[in-house]
Amino acid sequence: MRELSAKQIHEKIIAKEITATAVCEAALQRIHSTDSQVKAFLAVDEQGALAAAKAVDRKLAKNEPVGPLAGVPIALKDNLCTKGFPTTCASKILAGWKPPYQATVVERVRAADAVPVGKVNMDEFAMGSSCENSAFFPSNNPWNQECVSGGSSGGSAVAVASGMVPLALGSDTGGSIRQPASLCGIVGIKPTYGRVSRYGLIAYASSLDQIGPLAQSVEDAAMLLQVIAGCDQKDSTCTDMAVPNYTEQMQSGIKGLTIGLPQEYFSEGLDPEVKAAVEQAKQVLQDAGARLVEVTLPHTEYSLATYYLIATAEASSNLARYDGVQYGLRAEADNLIAMYKATRAQGFGAEVKRRIMLGTYALSAGYYDAYYKKALQVRTLIQRDFTEAFNKCDIILTPTSPTVAFRRGEKTEDPLAMYLSDIYTISANLTGLPGISIPCGFNSEGLPIGLQLIGKVFDEQMLLRTAQTYQSHTDWHTKRPILA
Amino acid sequence: MPEITDKTVEKIARLANLQLAPDESGRFSEQLEKILGYMHKLNQLDTTNVPQTAQARQGRNIWRADVVVPGLEREAVLAEAPDVQDYGFRVPRIIE
Repeated sequence: MRELSAKQIHEKIIAKEITATAVCEAALQRIHSTDSQVKAFLAVDEQGALAAAKAVDRKLAKNEPVGPLAGVPIALKDNLCTKGFPTTCASKILAGWKPPYQATVVERVRAADAVPVGKVNMDEFAMGSSCENSAFFPSNNPWNQECVSGGSSGGSAVAVASGMVPLALGSDTGGSIRQPASLCGIVGIKPTYGRVSRYGLIAYASSLDQIGPLAQSVEDAAMLLQVIAGCDQKDSTCTDMAVPNYTEQMQSGIKGLTIGLPQEYFSEGLDPEVKAAVEQAKQVLQDAGARLVEVTLPHTEYSLATYYLIATAEASSNLARYDGVQYGLRAEADNLIAMYKATRAQGFGAEVKRRIMLGTYALSAGYYDAYYKKALQVRTLIQRDFTEAFNKCDIILTPTSPTVAFRRGEKTEDPLAMYLSDIYTISANLTGLPGISIPCGFNSEGLPIGLQLIGKVFDEQMLLRTAQTYQSHTDWHTKRPILA
Repeated sequence: MPEITDKTVEKIARLANLQLAPDESGRFSEQLEKILGYMHKLNQLDTTNVPQTAQARQGRNIWRADVVVPGLEREAVLAEAPDVQDYGFRVPRIIE
């Protein structure tokens, strides 16, 4: 089963070659046999999954129409609200909480007849780049279990890369889909800001957060994007622009396409093996008919500072709601303020506290102009860089992450070193542009390397077309880690 | 370079409604100082007259029809609350 793509599974199910129930049982079996090694799942919804699979089989038996993901198992990041099923955000402050409502993306994958099999691990409140900030346990990289999965959507990437499920949903605020996809050797897409509804996504930084798919292939990722994209009355930041057919033009090649190479993304701090693999990928795309041009994004070196000021400021405001009153943990105390403080002290982990502190500082009287306002201005300069660059090219190519997966514990003591893992991915969040990470090789230790493509606003089609062209000329995406 | 003293950390923690353990407070002042020091990089840029970007895409707002629709069910919401009394969230006494 794990050799099959989401598309193949779906096709076999609607052709009645296999049942959705059998596919679901195989996925659950795979989770039982391998998850103890990689620790992707926070909660497996065995009953719910089997019920969803049986419902698909019943529809097919009666020759009723089924959705475009009928019978395909999917894992959900644990910051997506699942009605009546625990949603923790990998935080003790929400442990045991069962949302009274469903996230729009969850509703959409269910309506498409996909089979959600459970909730997967993440850095607490999506704050982190290694999944080590999960309040419960870190997830392990399936290519080397001593290495991190990447983050924050680490569980989503691991569940797909380990062959437990062909599809997963993640969220990306500064690279949280693309970086773990890169470190685990799979495909991850951060759609344009506003392309996918965020109703029911537990907020981290609202001007940056976006939900997106993780999959083994570009084609599978496109199938899932098709299902989740589009207007939602419950999210006023989600655009009502029509959703194009993503798979339609995917095979039409990239002849005449201009790919921009920002020199700033190939300079210091980039691992030489990552650089070599990305250089090779450039060549593949050139051979496939693309034209390569140098572009410049001169404010790149300021993007990390800009991002961490804006993201933490927004987080400090968003996370004010966890106060022990309406849901989740409450620590008892004899007055209200003491109850708030004790609840938050017990419920939040170190990185969450650190970011709340940073954001609160940047927004506080006397510092607002010097930090937060300054960051919003530099964000404008970064956006202008991209507008300028896209006058010269159709798409931008960079490495996804400066390194391959690092060892667990290597960066936990130095928050700033951890933040640097996001250096190439955060600009797409600051600008709202769509980005994709696809596998483009392995280093000498057998760890995956990822290539990032950044597209023009709402031009996911071009991203998919380019990524699909690359995958049709290479076989990196077909490599699988060996797990007992 | 900003100097983040224990006193500053205490003040921010109060604003953020966070109670810090004594060891956390020292560690945070050191880490925040380092991180904020890095952020001072932004001061190398002259941003006079540069407008602020608070949202990635300045799209128009998406409206829905002004029609009453049911909200979440009260029972379902209260079922997840830590403490409930008479259809409300119960909290420690606020007014003496």
